[in-house]
Amino acid sequence: MIRKFLIYFFCIAALAKTNAAFAQNKSAITISFNHFVKDEVLQLDTVRFFNDVAQAYSVTMFKYYVGHFCLTTNTGKKINDTAYFLINEEAPESKNIALQGIPEGTYKSIDFMVGVDSMDNCSGAQAGALDPIHAMFWAWNTGYIFLKLEGWSNASASPGHVLEYHIGGYKAPANCIRKVHINFPENLQVNQQHQLKLALKVDISKLFGPWHQIDFIKLSSVTDFHNATTIADNYAQMFTYLSAN
Amino acid sequence: MDKKIGITLLLIAAFILLTAFGGENKYFNIADKDVELTLPKGFPKPIYDFKTNKLKPAVFILGRYLFYDAILSKDSTVSCATCHMRLAAFAHFDHKLSHGINGLIGTRNVPALQNLIWKDAFMADGGVNNLEVQPINPITNPVEMNEQLEHVIHKLQGSLFYKNAFQQAYGDTIINSQRLLKSLAQFTGLMISANSRYDKYVRREDTFSNNEIKGMQLFRQKCSNCHQEPLFTNNFYANNGLKPDTGLNDIGRAKITGLKADEYRFKVPSLRNIEMSYPYMHDGRFRNLHDVLNYYGNPNNFSATADKRVLAIGSLSESDKNAIFAFLLTLTDKSFIYDRRFVDPFMQ
Repeated sequence: MIRKFLIYFFCIAALAKTNAAFAQNKSAITISFNHFVKDEVLQLDTVRFFNDVAQAYSVTMFKYYVGHFCLTTNTGKKINDTAYFLINEEAPESKNIALQGIPEGTYKSIDFMVGVDSMDNCSGAQAGALDPIHAMFWAWNTGYIFLKLEGWSNASASPGHVLEYHIGGYKAPANCIRKVHINFPENLQVNQQHQLKLALKVDISKLFGPWHQIDFIKLSSVTDFHNATTIADNYAQMFTYLSAN
Repeated sequence: MDKKIGITLLLIAAFILLTAFGGENKYFNIADKDVELTLPKGFPKPIYDFKTNKLKPAVFILGRYLFYDAILSKDSTVSCATCHMRLAAFAHFDHKLSHGINGLIGTRNVPALQNLIWKDAFMADGGVNNLEVQPINPITNPVEMNEQLEHVIHKLQGSLFYKNAFQQAYGDTIINSQRLLKSLAQFTGLMISANSRYDKYVRREDTFSNNEIKGMQLFRQKCSNCHQEPLFTNNFYANNGLKPDTGLNDIGRAKITGLKADEYRFKVPSLRNIEMSYPYMHDGRFRNLHDVLNYYGNPNNFSATADKRVLAIGSLSESDKNAIFAFLLTLTDKSFIYDRRFVDPFMQ
């Protein structure tokens, strides 16, 4: 009898435990990447912008990989997500991403990687965001292109005055993986009643300075390891908090 | 009498039909045991791991079709097998540099394919880090297949034949680059050559002539610092002292690492099936093995930047070269080259 009772007891305890796991509600948060040049909204092809040395330019293509998001709670607990996302100005839906399964809680900051980590650069054929059909992959020197910006500027000495920055590389001589850390101005709540929408500002002008100032006369094209880390240092600076609701 | 002849003819015809159809299917059939990975005795642990690409007959068969299908190229004229010819040990017979689409010429000699799962990097400069992503190079290279990966997928998706083949291989009709590449990796990864006369000699299943033994001993003194047994490569990069071809200006490994020290270093190739894979060297400059041995056998030939292991070879006499030549011929693996699993499946 006692044995039977104990079995029941354990069953109920186990059920309760399962319920508790369900009770720890998980939610999705969405993050939007809002592309600007300084305070102007990015528009491809048409609008002319100016870099810090007063050279006019326009942008015809802007896309990049972000991934390995990590949210930190106000108590310091870290919630990791290993997914990658390819953000592409030309594909508006790509600029809103969702992180699934984020536990309810109060969060103070977010970290993520610009690029693709070395493990995922070495593990062969991949699908989804990392499918090489997205033309963000170097075949001859295996590795993902982390960021592509193309455009043009009269200052560029390249044929057709184009600007071409294809930045990638996970190992020496040019490791271009960069980590971004953003503190929220105030703690943000994630709960089931309200899906958190976080907006980040991505300021393309930071690609050209002031961290490393880029003069289009001198550097209009980066398509391998030469000068790649210069641009990578710059893209680490381009993400800031915009809003949350 | 006539009736008898008639019956006999009928029987002969039936026999021919049976052997023609029944026999052919069997020849191209791939069973579970055909895709079992059996590691040759004495070989190190492979670098490529089939754990993330589980060997399966239908996947291998799909990879075999893809390897032999010019659908991978922009104008359907070039397949993998165009330059990787089975009877040339999957190198390109008599071509210094291969021509791809529209007769365009590449910059490097096609390597023979075998024992790829033991390679840590691919291409003569080692720029490619995984067997699975290697085929993206010839597919997208403007002088090879000049095709976009996205477009290849699109073409395969539009093919009833491949819809069926992918269904057989993966259980559904999703066709993406990952499946394409993993199927090719099953086909090329199973190209294991370990049954040459040399292998049999090492396993004590065959004997060598005195000249072959002498050649093996010389080889072990002079060549095996780089061409290490049993793979006949140490997977390193070396400058073998060839004076650079100014028309090609190929700096080799330095293209990948950016290091001055890596200029004119190339990945040490395996010598297995070397008899079949002529011409030789990264730019195919030597037409036969005698030219290769004459080159290595005379220290005056080397550039100042040659690897010290190459400089250490010293002069080789005619009889030394003959013996090494005889030994190199023992690396030919007929059972690999004639392995029915690797025969063009479109011949059925």
